[in-house]
Amino acid sequence: MATTTVAGVTVDVSDDGFFTNPEQWTEAMAPELAMADGIETLTDQHWQVIRFMRDEYFAKGTGPTVRVLGKTSGVTVKELYQLFPKGPAKIAARIAGIPKPRGCI
Amino acid sequence: MKTRIVVLGAGTGGTLTANRLRASDRGDQLHITVVDQDTRHVYQPGLLFVPFGLATADDIVRPRAKQLHHGIDFVQSPIDHVDVAAKTVTLVNAQTLPYDVLVVATGATLAPDETEGLADGWGGNVHSFYTLESAEKLAIALRGFEGGKLVLNVVDMPIKCPVAPLEFCFLADWFFQDRKIRDHVELTFVTPLDGAFTKPVASEHFASMLADRNINLVSEFNTGEVDRFDGKLVSYDDREVPFDLAVVIPLHSGQDYVGRSDGLGDDLNFVPTNPNTLQSLADPAIFAIGDATALPVSKAGSVSHFEGDIMVENILRYIAGRELDASYDGHANCFIETGFGKAMLIDFNYEQEPVPGHFPGRVGLPLMKESRMNHLGKLMFQWFYWHVLLPGRDVPGITATMPTAGKQIPATPITEE
Repeated sequence: MATTTVAGVTVDVSDDGFFTNPEQWTEAMAPELAMADGIETLTDQHWQVIRFMRDEYFAKGTGPTVRVLGKTSGVTVKELYQLFPKGPAKIAARIAGIPKPRGCI
Repeated sequence: MKTRIVVLGAGTGGTLTANRLRASDRGDQLHITVVDQDTRHVYQPGLLFVPFGLATADDIVRPRAKQLHHGIDFVQSPIDHVDVAAKTVTLVNAQTLPYDVLVVATGATLAPDETEGLADGWGGNVHSFYTLESAEKLAIALRGFEGGKLVLNVVDMPIKCPVAPLEFCFLADWFFQDRKIRDHVELTFVTPLDGAFTKPVASEHFASMLADRNINLVSEFNTGEVDRFDGKLVSYDDREVPFDLAVVIPLHSGQDYVGRSDGLGDDLNFVPTNPNTLQSLADPAIFAIGDATALPVSKAGSVSHFEGDIMVENILRYIAGRELDASYDGHANCFIETGFGKAMLIDFNYEQEPVPGHFPGRVGLPLMKESRMNHLGKLMFQWFYWHVLLPGRDVPGITATMPTAGKQIPATPITEE
């Protein structure tokens, strides 16, 4: 377990940069986290996904996969890849301050 | 009055559950009804061998009803929906089955329609092997393949038998060497995962096995479209992989009727289930087993087998009003066919990733190492499946929970904060 400083606050993160304690996250941290993943500006659509990720995490204990995001978040899979290039589920989880989605076995 | 048990699905999990319940001490106080939409039980691990001409339909298909013990009712019909509150199952044939205990064992279904370019079925330059019909078509295509780019693409996880795509690549390498045209075939494995497999130690091991066989690995590729006209896979982030022949493992979902059954399933129609007791989270009277569950375990027959041990005990405890046994640990194991008459074995659970060693104990089959013994094990397994696993007999030496004795488990490193 490591710690890092985001928006001036010390938070717990995993080796690959995911929050291990989502309660430590605040909305003020998101722009800085997004920048680290190469996203310069967070649009309303980014925020829609970020809030959805957190709601899902607190409801189900893990972040959703891209496929579930595409079915349920109101943003299509194609759009998700435009918003969060490379890996929407992973990158959105990192920006939303939730642990890495468990994905599949 | 007898306790009414309805088992949905007569595949691996449903069949072994019904048979174990029937053979239990309370067997004659249970009225067991098994429902399936068709009558054909396919030994699914055998599908891998069909494209390479190593197995045919006759070898791997048997009638479903014949696998059920005497005294179990079999009904053939698709399922319309489950009414969780009323404790009834409505079938498409309009029959309604009331139950005291329901077992959901209807597995996963393929959803090629969800990927652009896969809605038109298998054939031409785009094939699959996850159904008997597609595997038979692929066998013809592979026999006629004279060289070029052969791509194995996993669209998304979860899939049934997560090692099958790797096995397909290893067998394809063997198959084309055997046909003396391996030099003319470029093999590429295209996966959405960030490596060859989901678990780190095994992933590294498989990546080097692919490299040794000159099989390309394209990772983190999320297939958005299969373009059969231009012969290329296109990812959502606009990367392309060209092919002459694509073998695609499509998206998997739970069954549609789960979506029509209020509260039973999740967004992908898999059934949220307690990971240790196998009781559904929707209702205490419902249990779920195998590929139908939303559990973070492999979708594999071995998982159904190990889950079945504990779930059947829990159904009997539930009927008797006793506390459930929360001992399922996510145990899974699989033989991995690697070509040239050899195979590997991996064994793991929720917490323990696959590591080298031996199974089931210090003396036994080698883990994560290619051997002829493992290949013979894989071949023998089919006999074992029909004669031991489905009838619900116990297997000496094999336990539902994962054995640790033979495994080279690294001691947990002590990290300083």
